[in-house]
Amino acid sequence: MDLASLRYSKSHEWVHWDGTTATVGITDFAVSQLTDLVFVELPAPGTDVQAGQSCGEVESVKAVSDLNSPLDGTVTESNENLADELEKLSDSPFEEGWMFKLTPSDPSQIEQLLDRAAYEKMCEDEAH
Amino acid sequence: MKTSLIDWHRAHQARLVEFAGWEMPIQYTTIIEEHHAVRSQAGLFDISHMGRLYIRGADAEVFLNLVVTIDVSRLSPGRIRYALATNEQGGVRDDVLVYRLENEFLVVVNASNREKIVEFWNTQSQKFSDVQIDDKTLVTSMIAVQGPKAVDIIRQDFPHAADLRYYHSVQESGQGGDFLISRTGYTGEDGFEFIGSPDEINAIWSYLYEQNQPTLQACGLGCRDTLRLEAGMPLYGHELSETIDPLSAGLKFAVSLTKESFLGKDQMTSISEAGLEKQRVGLELEGRRIAREGATVETPDGHTIGEVTSGTFSPTLDKSIAMAYVPLESGAIGTKLLINIRGKTHPAIVTSLPFYQRSTVTG
Repeated sequence: MDLASLRYSKSHEWVHWDGTTATVGITDFAVSQLTDLVFVELPAPGTDVQAGQSCGEVESVKAVSDLNSPLDGTVTESNENLADELEKLSDSPFEEGWMFKLTPSDPSQIEQLLDRAAYEKMCEDEAH
Repeated sequence: MKTSLIDWHRAHQARLVEFAGWEMPIQYTTIIEEHHAVRSQAGLFDISHMGRLYIRGADAEVFLNLVVTIDVSRLSPGRIRYALATNEQGGVRDDVLVYRLENEFLVVVNASNREKIVEFWNTQSQKFSDVQIDDKTLVTSMIAVQGPKAVDIIRQDFPHAADLRYYHSVQESGQGGDFLISRTGYTGEDGFEFIGSPDEINAIWSYLYEQNQPTLQACGLGCRDTLRLEAGMPLYGHELSETIDPLSAGLKFAVSLTKESFLGKDQMTSISEAGLEKQRVGLELEGRRIAREGATVETPDGHTIGEVTSGTFSPTLDKSIAMAYVPLESGAIGTKLLINIRGKTHPAIVTSLPFYQRSTVTG
């Protein structure tokens, strides 16, 4: 995955847009901050989700975090194998660790998300 | 506040968090990796945030017998015991370790309770003509080596200490002055704790770490919590508080109802005679979601009967575990209950504490 081709939310989700479907996951930065992941809950196919609203959970030993949808839309698929293979989130957050796919109701929202440079800058600020 | 090892922690990429006013490492690698290191090999912990109060004077013994639940007059020099520092209502001000040394006592208290205990004990000590309370927390340091390999690690350089029985201490001499080694810990494993001058403890830390790579893993407070939870040990502010009595907490072994008097003794005697209303239990959950502090415990028909005091994901058992207070009638091992986690109920079963017990018992 070319990270520069992805868009990012301020709550550390990434979005890959192929013109029809948006694939969503959480970033390597989020995974490295959480560490010790024990549980994920993903939105079921058919769920209507809203940008910036919680649609699932990511739980680590330390804390539970919301999984937010970066876009408005309808979930078409969720990565069902992930719950049993959480190591994929640390090993391959941008490929095998994808979380769900959705059909955006307003694809123009993608342009409002951060590009890689802006996201990296935000992470740098958060880490300090 | 910063411990004497703060530069070491920073140089070793520790994630630092604020805990009871101290800047402490929560982890160097991951909590689960450090947890497994302690269960299978050995871990090295900076626990300098723990309060270290030296109690001296001709009345030190009678004073301590008033403010803690064990009979300290039965401790011989070198002996250590777990005790509760109680309030007048029979609640718990703190849980502590009382060390009897040659000419004084040492009481190790929780970081979060240190100032409260010092203030209260200073007031109580006025009732006696000769008691001094010397809080040396800020001028000493404290570290722990915990795990099945701890005794081999210690034996290389501290053979006397390696022969200590469990809950005993020995004074040693180093270039940075005398220091204390005890066979104690808060992980459910065999292990040792060191108390001494910051220079001496820093030197011991670096030496032990460097001499024992890769066996000895630096560990943060993150796995200290998962380890103590598996070992079924209470944590003040969670399982213990000013309104929870030691008997309901399952700590009767640390309460001497036969000694003459201590704060809250009458209330504890009444509770003991009347029988407990609630008890601390272990819970194993179905699924991997963690039941954290405050999650409500319900009966299968939906009645709320208690609250989770702490919970985590047990790396050793690969299960979600928790501790909670429930009424006696719901506390039998095998009882099926529900835990409400953020609006969804999850089946749980009452299990015996500790969740984890090491196979070889020392001392």
